Amino acid sequence: MHTASFLARFDSLESIGNLVAQAAREAGFDDNAVYEVQLAVDEAATNIIEHAYGGEGKGEIRITYQITSDSLILRIYDRGIPFDPHMIEKPKLHLKLEELSPRGLGLYWMRNLMDYVHFEFTPEQGNILTMSKRRIAN
Amino acid sequence: MSTTISEYKRCTLVTFEGRVDSNTVPAMEETLKSITDAGQFKIVLDMSKVTFVSSAGWWMLIETQKTCHRYNRGELVMAGLDERIHKSLDLVGMGSYFKIFDDVVTAVAHF
Repeated sequence: MHTASFLARFDSLESIGNLVAQAAREAGFDDNAVYEVQLAVDEAATNIIEHAYGGEGKGEIRITYQITSDSLILRIYDRGIPFDPHMIEKPKLHLKLEELSPRGLGLYWMRNLMDYVHFEFTPEQGNILTMSKRRIAN
Repeated sequence: MSTTISEYKRCTLVTFEGRVDSNTVPAMEETLKSITDAGQFKIVLDMSKVTFVSSAGWWMLIETQKTCHRYNRGELVMAGLDERIHKSLDLVGMGSYFKIFDDVVTAVAHF
């Protein structure tokens, strides 16, 4: 199990991306899958800064990862306001350009990029987002 | 992150470099807005030196595309997009909103 903590600021996103890229490479992922993990985690971290903490510099984002025989499992912790994914509307897809809006898309993206996405909140640990992705054999 | 702008006869070429994420989007957004505010709605974005584009980056480009489309034959097109970034765009269902060319010369010739 590896752990790293970051200030919940947008200028931490690059370091967060580097950490999870390293984790995904360690897990044996190809370049496309490494990029997909980076994108999903960037989305999650951005949401934490914007919505859980309501702005930059108000807390920390802690990331742990473990590599199993066939998967990378990431957990992302924050102490912001509890997040309930059921409150997020399903995004409308295949819209005309003029009708596009970003509402609800972050969650949809994360679910498309990873095999498993699960949110929980505990008073002791705050928000815990667990995401995993399987290694696809070449 | 850095940005350069070149004026061509029929379009404006903008070159982004590095990561396009919530940290860098505000500066890039300002660059693109300065171009559309100046009445230029035919934009080629050279993405060959871009290593990462988050959803905040795509939303900035979608908003710029909306602005460009409001004007006669205005359009934002991209050139030299990294294959991983291109694939991720298709995976999240946003690939159809942009024309993507292999290189800048082909993209500029589109206008």
